[in-house]
Amino acid sequence: MRAWLHHHLLSAALAWRRLAAAPINSLLSLLAIGIALALPAGGQMILAGARQLAAGTATTPQITVFMHIASDQAASGEIRARLEKHGGVRQARFLAREETLARMKAGPGLREVIEALAANPFPDAFVVTVRDETPDAMERMAVELRKWPGVEHVQLDSAWVRRLDSLLRLGRTVLLLLAALLGGGLVAITFSIIRMQVLTQRAEIEVSRLLGATEAFIRRPFLYHGFLLGLGGGAIAWMLVAGAATWLRAPMAELASLYDLTLALAPLGAADSALLLVCAAGLGWLGALFSLRQSLGQA
Amino acid sequence: MIRFDRVSKRYPPGVDALDGLSFELDDGGMLLVGGHSGAGKSTLLKLVAGVERATSGAVLVGGQNLGGLPRSALPYYRRRLGVVFQDQKLLFDRSAYDNVMLPLTISGFPVREAAARVRAALDKVGLGKREKALPIMLSGGEQQRLAIARAVVGRPDLLLADEPTAHLDAENAADVARILVEFNRVGVTLLVATYAQELFPGARRLLLDHGRIRP
Repeated sequence: MRAWLHHHLLSAALAWRRLAAAPINSLLSLLAIGIALALPAGGQMILAGARQLAAGTATTPQITVFMHIASDQAASGEIRARLEKHGGVRQARFLAREETLARMKAGPGLREVIEALAANPFPDAFVVTVRDETPDAMERMAVELRKWPGVEHVQLDSAWVRRLDSLLRLGRTVLLLLAALLGGGLVAITFSIIRMQVLTQRAEIEVSRLLGATEAFIRRPFLYHGFLLGLGGGAIAWMLVAGAATWLRAPMAELASLYDLTLALAPLGAADSALLLVCAAGLGWLGALFSLRQSLGQA
Repeated sequence: MIRFDRVSKRYPPGVDALDGLSFELDDGGMLLVGGHSGAGKSTLLKLVAGVERATSGAVLVGGQNLGGLPRSALPYYRRRLGVVFQDQKLLFDRSAYDNVMLPLTISGFPVREAAARVRAALDKVGLGKREKALPIMLSGGEQQRLAIARAVVGRPDLLLADEPTAHLDAENAADVARILVEFNRVGVTLLVATYAQELFPGARRLLLDHGRIRP
């Protein structure tokens, strides 16, 4: 067992020496791997920011029913009664026009404009949540509500949130595809590097076999080489993403604040960082394994 | 120690390197295998080293039939042998010390014991003060002695040497032969394929001619 562990240490040290023996080549290989991995890792960081943005907004689909500006309390009362009886309505919250005016006055930026107006410009409104939240059912409900007496306008409030949610889901799928594609690239790069290493170390492999080395003994340093390439590339990708997060944090936050949103771009968290490094090292190891399967028979 | 029982080895496309060869070599014995180029000397050594398998017949080493040895067991069998290759097969990017250390690393020897053995083996062949030298910095004779040190560092019971004195001048060839004979005197069974049989006086000889023993 001690001998086995000792050989693992020797193999890792040998792999490190082989990397260090050609520093420029190794650095360029690590950079290629790092840049390839930085794209999905950076995408994950942006996606996490966008998720945070979406989480700050209500995601339950809502319909807002605006009464005619001239409609009286009786008309609003009738609509309230209809909504309460409607089987498709889960909840209907009444927003009196006075309440809306007070809220808008309290909000930033609009106070002076609203105070300059002669009369309350806001109508009575109802915020409706429905039982069937599918887009078609929501649309049917909106069409029905538009026909009710005294109703001026019906708005599907959550449409943009739903669009954002769809975009996030699409982004996640694209990111997974990109990660798979570039992960394949990492495997290909490691495959090629290890193949060259096997060709370079052909004499040593032959001698080792003749002296009684097992295939596992021969493969071990090359597997460590692939592992270290992947791990190093993953570390470079992490640094690139962390650097980008630092550089972009202030301008992104400023842009978001212009839309009254909060967006704090953060570097990858501990779990995402660990996942990046483990996947990178694992893919490097896998590339080495594929390469050894093909090239050791020829060595 | 070694028994060949009607061993034949045929290489594609039908070249017979060995043809019905039978002989025995006892524990601690020394056998010189001679013959012209292509007589089958190297093939005989490759069969004993487990590098090649016999086409027919049985090769037994230490009572073990190598033909029945699974491929996965071959590395462990090879660790019990010491082999001096015709072309030495030294690693030219590693020091003399690291070259001799390689078989012990492969066998999983504890580091301290391995280091002591490597130094003892290098001392034995007269390279104790050249352990840091790369093989390219050594003379032909020194390289051959380094190959012997690597072959004996694992203290094998059986030492195989394929033309160990080839390409050496008379003085170096005699030196290498003397070292091999010394190992045989301390009980190591020695099987040597060589043209220079006069360097091993008193040794048993086996002369091959087109894969057969010449009487």
